[in-house]
This record gives sequence, C-alpha cells and structure tokens, in this order.
Amino acid sequence: MDALKKRRLSLMKRLVTLIFIIVILWASSLGTEVSISSLMDGLPGMGSLFLEMLPPDWSYFSYVTEPMLETIRMAVIGTTYGAIVAIPFALLSSRNVVKWPVIYFPFRFVMNLIRTIPELLLAALFVPVLGIGDNAGIMALSVFSFGVIAKLAYESIEAIDNGPLEAMTAVGANKIQWIFYGVVPQVIASFVSYTLYCFEINVRAAAILGYVGAGGIGLYLNNTLKLFQYQRVSTIIIYTLIVVVIIDMISNKCREKLI
Amino acid sequence: MNETIRKKQTIRRIKIWTSVVIVALIYIWAFSGMPKMEFKPSAVQAIKAIFSGLIHPDWDYFYDPEGEDLLRTLLETLCIAILGTFISSILCVPFAFWAARNMNKYRFISSSGKFVLSVIRVFPELILALLFIAAVGTGPFAGILALGFHSIGMLGKLFGESIEDMDFSSSEALKSCGANKIQTLWFAIVPQVMPSFVSFTLYRFELSVRAATILGIVGAGGIGAPLIFALQGHKWDRVGMILIGIIVMVTIIDYISSTIRKRIV
Repeated sequence: MDALKKRRLSLMKRLVTLIFIIVILWASSLGTEVSISSLMDGLPGMGSLFLEMLPPDWSYFSYVTEPMLETIRMAVIGTTYGAIVAIPFALLSSRNVVKWPVIYFPFRFVMNLIRTIPELLLAALFVPVLGIGDNAGIMALSVFSFGVIAKLAYESIEAIDNGPLEAMTAVGANKIQWIFYGVVPQVIASFVSYTLYCFEINVRAAAILGYVGAGGIGLYLNNTLKLFQYQRVSTIIIYTLIVVVIIDMISNKCREKLI
Repeated sequence: MNETIRKKQTIRRIKIWTSVVIVALIYIWAFSGMPKMEFKPSAVQAIKAIFSGLIHPDWDYFYDPEGEDLLRTLLETLCIAILGTFISSILCVPFAFWAARNMNKYRFISSSGKFVLSVIRVFPELILALLFIAAVGTGPFAGILALGFHSIGMLGKLFGESIEDMDFSSSEALKSCGANKIQTLWFAIVPQVMPSFVSFTLYRFELSVRAATILGIVGAGGIGAPLIFALQGHKWDRVGMILIGIIVMVTIIDYISSTIRKRIV
C-alpha cells in the first residue's frame, strides 16, 4: 500500500514537472513569435546565401592572416593577464587558505559578478574607455578569463589534500611558505590546465570581439558582411574554424599531458 | 641500468626545456606586437560615467507600460535561451549516438560524428545568428535558431560521452529476460543517461542565457540591441540599468539551475 502511494506520488511529480516545462515552452514561443512557417519560407533564402558564399575567396586568406595573428595575440595576452590577476584572488577566496568568511565571501561575490557578463558585453564596455582597437579586446578577455580561472582555481585549491598543509603548520612554516610549498605544488598542474582551457575559449571569443570594435578578425567580418562580400565572409569563417580547431587540438594534448 | 635512467632524465630535461622555450617564444611574439596601452583623459571620464551610471541606473527604463523596457527585453532574452536550449536538447540526441564510440561498429563513424560536433561547436553564435537572420529576418526567432544550432555541438559531445560511459549490464539483463528493444531502451538505457542528460541541458541553458544577452547586437532579439544603442548614445544610466538587469537575471538563473543540478546528480 505504501509502495503504491509512493509510486503515485513520484508519478504525480513527474507529471507536474512535465506540465510545467510544456507551459514554459509554450509561453516563450508565444513571447518570441516563433513560427515554423517563416522558417520554411526563409530556408531557400538561407540556401541561396550559402551558395553566394561559395566558393570562398581564396586570395583573401593572405590578406586576413595579419588580423588572424592579431586575434591570437589578443587571446594570449588577455589570458595571461587574467591568469596572473586570478592567482591572488583564487587564494584569497578559498576556504582552506583564508579561514575567515569576512574575506573570502566578498572575493567570491566579486568573481561571481564578473562571470555573469559575457565577454562581448565587456568588450562593448571597454571600447568607449580604451578606444577602438586591440586594447579594448585584451582588457575584455583579461577580465573574462580572470573570472573563469579564479573560480576554477579556488575550487581546486579547496579540494587539495590537507595532510602536507597540516605537516607544514606542525613544523612551524609561516603563511607564505605554507602557500608556496603546501598549496602551489598541489594545484599548479590544474591551474595551467584551466588557463589553457580559458585560452581556447578566448581564441573563439576574440574572433568575434571585433564586431563591437575591439580588434581582431571580427572587424573584417563585420566589414565584409556589411558590403555583402559573402565569399570573403566564408573565407574568414573557414580560417577561424581552422585556427580554432588547431589550437583546441594542441591545447587538449597539453592538458592531457598535464593531468 | 644506470645508463637508461640517465638517458630518460636527459630526454625529460630536453622536453621541459623545449616547452619552456616554445612558451617563451610565443610570449615574446605576442607582447612585441601589442599596441601601447595608453589612457587618454577621455578614458577616465568614460570610466567615471560608467560607474556613475551603475550607481544611478535609469529606473524609468525598468518598466514602461508601453514600448520597450528592461523587463520585457529581459524576458525575451530568457525565452530565446529556453527555446534554443530546448531545440538543441532534442536535435543533439542523434548526433550523440552518432559520436558515441560504443554505438557504432566502425571507429571512423564515431570519429566523423565527433568531428562534425566540434565544427558545430566552434561556429560562433553571432555568425550563426547573422546567417539565420538572412533566412527568417531580424528578431528573436533568428536568435533561437542560432542558439539551438550552436548548442548541439556542446550537448552532443557531452551526451555522447555519457553514452560511452554507460554500463550495459542492466540492459543485457533485461534482454536475457526477454525484453524487446523498446523495453530495454525505456527501462535500462533511459534511466541511466537521463540524469546526466538533464544536468548537461541545464548547464547549457546557463550558458545560453549569457549568449542570448549578446545576440541582440546583430539584431537577433533580446537585451543586446537596447544595450548597444545605449552604449552608442552614451546613455550611461541606461547602460547601468541594463547591466544590473543582466547580472541579476544571470545570477538568479545560475542559482536555480545549479540547485536543480545538484539535486539530480
């Protein structure tokens, strides 16, 4: 009897969840005026757009190589800045390094706040401050990677083995020694791995930052799109895809070796 | 014996030094080409304006009974993320089975599936949104389609990996008791992959909410368009209001979604 009741209850729960999801989906499709018919009408237009993109303008490759390198450069520098700033923040926001919640809660709060803003919005904010160009992109990527790396790093600091730390405290190490010889050796591999991971994300992000004027290849993408030079657009897209796939591959190999 | 150990050590040392040199070269290349960071007086002004906008946001924009306001555009952003995630969570299933190693007889089939997924994954949402705008016109629907397509890459990969990690003992047990294909799927495979599937979908939803906030920059609906207009018009109080709105919305969504995810797994 009891089992039957339980089963009925769980069935009810599932039903309620299902209805809830359907209502949400229905409401949001009403709110955004989804129409399958407009998709069907638009598909030929999309097809012709694809045809216009073919064949890619191969001669454009050499022309966009310089902005492509600039994009990678932005990602490298941005990730590095972010990673450097992330180190003290990660230490200060982990529970086992700083014992007082008064300190680690505000740091975590700041990090959470930063992570809610997408990098393109950060770039759009930095463009009026630093002017159009690479610098705005670099700063946007730095702030963004700072948020990501600091969060992942403090989580891995909190997960470290307590044994060596206690041993060091027992033999009278001060806080700096404690961090250098107890914490750092345990987290350095995962920290580098997170930095590489963030670098992968940043390369992708850097490729579109130019759209809001923050340097890199996105600027060329924007210009060619505005001038309806779709063959060049496809060149840029293909180039970006190739670079991103290669960087992902190298970075993945490195990360596998690290851990 | 001693020789081999020494050899190994030298090889290790060479490896470490080459990687150090490579990293150093990359950094020299990167920093040598960097433009100078210089603060113009206008930069300080802009920073001041942004912060004063954040402190004194334009509350009138929060709710406006007629016309565009923050609440309505934020809701639209949320709807784009919800529907985009929903589309991709359905479309990713066949891709996941295609890319799962233990579901295909031949290795090249699953590798090709993985390759297709990674190509989808590296295609930026913004470019996809531009393509879909060409098809269905500007508006949130293009954003939904762009997010739906882009998310297939990540969801398909994660879901395919969880299929690869699946334990087949229960489905074999069911089969040996005489269950048919649909029954084994329903009672053995679905209960096993469902929790991780829901959790991945929720995680993707969190990312999609963030992505949806920028889709408006190209005209694909959501909060991005009013934000970029406010930025271009230097209406800092409105920028501050929109930023606060985005931060609050993303934080709430993250909190709800991570609570549900913790309960599932």
